[in-house]
Amino acid sequence: MRTDEQALIFELSREGRIGHSLPELDIDPVDEQELLPSKYRRQEPAELPQVSELQLVRHYTALSRRNHGVDSGFYPLGSCTMKYNPKINEDVARYPGFAHLHPYQPESQLQGALELMYELQQSLEAVTGMDQVTLQPAAGAHGEWTGLMLIRAFHEANGDYGRTKVIVPDSAHGTNPASAVVAGFDAVTVRSNDEGLVDLEHLRELAGEDTAALMLTNPNTLGLFERDIVEMASIIHEAGGKLYYDGANSNAILGMTRPGDMGFDVVHLNLHKTFTTPHGGGGPGSGPVGVKQDLVPYLPAPIVAKDGESYRFAWEFPDSIGRVKPYYGNFGINVRAYTYIRTMGPEGLRQVSRQAVLNANYMLRRLQPYFDTPYEQHCKHEFVLSGKRQKKLGVRTLDIAKRLLDFGYHPPTIYFPINVEECLMIEPTETESKETLDEFCDAMIQIAKEAETNPEIVQEAPHTTVVSRLDETQAARKPVLRWEAKEEATV
Amino acid sequence: MSSHRYLPSTEQDQQAMMETIGIDSLEELFADVPEEVRFQETLNVPKALKETALIKEMQRLAEKNTNVKDVPSFLGAGVYEHYIPSVVNHMLLRSEFFTAYTPYQPEISQGELQGIFEFQTMIAELTGMDLANSSMYDGPTALAEAAMMSCGVTKKKQILVSEAVHPEAVEVLRTNAKGQNLEVTVIEATDGQTSLDALKNSYSDETACVIVQYPNFFGQIEDLEEIEKIAHSKKAHFIVSSNPLSLGMLQPPGEFGADVVVGDAQPFGIPTQLGGPHCGYFAVTKKLMRKVPGRLVGETVDEDGRRGFVLTLQAREQHIRRDKATSNICSNQALNALAASVAMSAIGKYGLQEMASQNMQKALYTKKRLQEAGFELVHDGPFFNEFVINLPKPCEQVNESLFDKGIIGGLDLGRFYEGRDHHMLIAVTELRTKEEIEALVEGLEGLK
Repeated sequence: MRTDEQALIFELSREGRIGHSLPELDIDPVDEQELLPSKYRRQEPAELPQVSELQLVRHYTALSRRNHGVDSGFYPLGSCTMKYNPKINEDVARYPGFAHLHPYQPESQLQGALELMYELQQSLEAVTGMDQVTLQPAAGAHGEWTGLMLIRAFHEANGDYGRTKVIVPDSAHGTNPASAVVAGFDAVTVRSNDEGLVDLEHLRELAGEDTAALMLTNPNTLGLFERDIVEMASIIHEAGGKLYYDGANSNAILGMTRPGDMGFDVVHLNLHKTFTTPHGGGGPGSGPVGVKQDLVPYLPAPIVAKDGESYRFAWEFPDSIGRVKPYYGNFGINVRAYTYIRTMGPEGLRQVSRQAVLNANYMLRRLQPYFDTPYEQHCKHEFVLSGKRQKKLGVRTLDIAKRLLDFGYHPPTIYFPINVEECLMIEPTETESKETLDEFCDAMIQIAKEAETNPEIVQEAPHTTVVSRLDETQAARKPVLRWEAKEEATV
Repeated sequence: MSSHRYLPSTEQDQQAMMETIGIDSLEELFADVPEEVRFQETLNVPKALKETALIKEMQRLAEKNTNVKDVPSFLGAGVYEHYIPSVVNHMLLRSEFFTAYTPYQPEISQGELQGIFEFQTMIAELTGMDLANSSMYDGPTALAEAAMMSCGVTKKKQILVSEAVHPEAVEVLRTNAKGQNLEVTVIEATDGQTSLDALKNSYSDETACVIVQYPNFFGQIEDLEEIEKIAHSKKAHFIVSSNPLSLGMLQPPGEFGADVVVGDAQPFGIPTQLGGPHCGYFAVTKKLMRKVPGRLVGETVDEDGRRGFVLTLQAREQHIRRDKATSNICSNQALNALAASVAMSAIGKYGLQEMASQNMQKALYTKKRLQEAGFELVHDGPFFNEFVINLPKPCEQVNESLFDKGIIGGLDLGRFYEGRDHHMLIAVTELRTKEEIEALVEGLEGLK
């Protein structure tokens, strides 16, 4: 339903209204000049809103109704693992004994937090088959960079300064090459073959004395398992490089196979994907990194260690790459992930991946008659379709995505991976019922038919959202990045 | 029967799906996982708990900790316990916000996008800058990103950072600098403030940026006017890391000509939670708009001319630029930015002044009471809500005794600075009552 514009909170503001209940000042205040010499004092107050509490609540409630989350409806956004975020995780993270801890309290006051972190490290080590996990990185991209810095430190400690290249498949997420560069490497691209897998011959050509690492997602971003992984590992290891596992797609492998067993040396996990912590509209997430023994000396300190019955921060990493984040990582997110692991247990986690993979394959087969499927083999937790056939009818993948909005769905990831034309990347996750999968497939099939019989309805979609398609060109050409008090001048 | 409340598929569902796929067993879907790497054992994670037992276990862990709501705390040093209006949590729990992801589809993400646009505005207002991005992981990583951006823009390699910047932020900066082969020089602080002479001596044609913290790690208010003159005497950027609450009282860095202002919005509506997740912010001048890392939300119109919001200027970002991107960040702390926005809106224009003022009043009161009790103040410049006192015994020992009296004392500066283990950094926010402050003074007096 198209609606009126939602006023900005600043537009609701009226001079003199308050929405707070600050504590009474229970001491005798000193005068302003004694408190702060005028040369330091702010002249003009910041234009923050002035609204009552109910106005505030109505505003944010109205905003929330203009937003789609997993709780609103199906969200098959490929590569993002938009599964159910359990309510109990939110309760637990808000226990005062977790929410209101200060990072500089002594260890003796934090034994429960330390125990939780230690147990989470252990569980993630078990899931990935790695020797030691750090919980410090804040997100997936942050974990990638951390992992690559560890690999760089390892090579440099061996006097191996010539290893300047990180090999990344053409289907990789854009963060992989970007992380390689900010860790001081050059990114080189290895091609995919017709089956959507890394071209082994090309990998052999690229691997050599200048190879620092291969970064790989397995299953890859096409949702396909790199079945030659053992050989790929030996190509890279023989060349003296390390294998980096991008854990974005771990939801396919829990309890089925482990990066450590496949030959990977470093792994990051996205706890906000595989381990149900909420995506929060873009964050906060958490991106723990696990490593094999030979990379342990380079980890950012501290990790959590157990001595008898007590827990402590372990700082003894003399060759550490240094801190990647202050304090101990996104603890509040790690609490949620640990709660989830305790909810599922080993067998539950295995069921998660089996069901995620079953759901994706089911949808793939249901949709295959209506859309081009560039790869024939079974997929893992996600799959790609190509909108090539619809494009010939004048309907682009973007249009299909927008039309899905009319059915109440968040569309799949589109135009990624970049090596599939008019790509749609669908990841249902294990927490969706068969009815939901069927209803979504029915909508996709209807849209495929509309593309043939009534393309305008697809091209002009969405029809039911609060706004129609937005002018992104104008947004970029004349950027307005903030509200301004008097006139809406451009920034 | 389905096997778990989070897994809706029944055996019949699974059977029907397998029939559609044309397989007899689910194992067939994993046939491409080589035998030798197939995991045949049981994962070594603790066994599953039913909800009631789970709650007990998680409560057991939580209760093993001492939380700062039960015991009054004078810890700050970058992480502060403040008044959080009750509405903040209620708004955060609107699941349309917390179960959404990055607003890739703006038509169904207007709530999130508008909320971030409002956040960007509030941060720009507070810092006195032209614009702000949608948020970063936290203050220290935002500071490191600012330095990386400056080196990229100025094409220079030397970063000058004050010793009075949070030591963990300096550590994060060093790690980042190592990644890009940049050089970090620490400028010493004398009497708790960045030494202008030391800064002048280190500043050169190779300097990409000068970084200070305001108020600094010791709580002192740096003289930004003088530092700016040095920072801009050649081509370098002036980067200020700032506690945004202090800007309710203090002249904002934008007024002193800062090019970049970063910091953490944690004081607004975000609990301490052992140091994360918090919410970095990143504000710049208009000139640097196209160099900013991370997401930016911009205003635009839809096909019918209605106001709407989108992610914009994405040509800067990794998913477009890949290895040419200036940063690898591909997310933000949207939910915490929302928390900060709700808190800032509730506290409001004059409430912010009052809250900042209360922090200063209480810290000043505490300082005076400690001085009356005979304790020596280590730095004597103006301060916001933190100051350093010299103790007759090591802080660690003092803190143990204070804890026995039901008080969590301040930070032992010996943790970061050699030879300063008698120096305690005490933070006093609006939450500390007169009674708690008196108990601290009494507790410390008893140790002399």
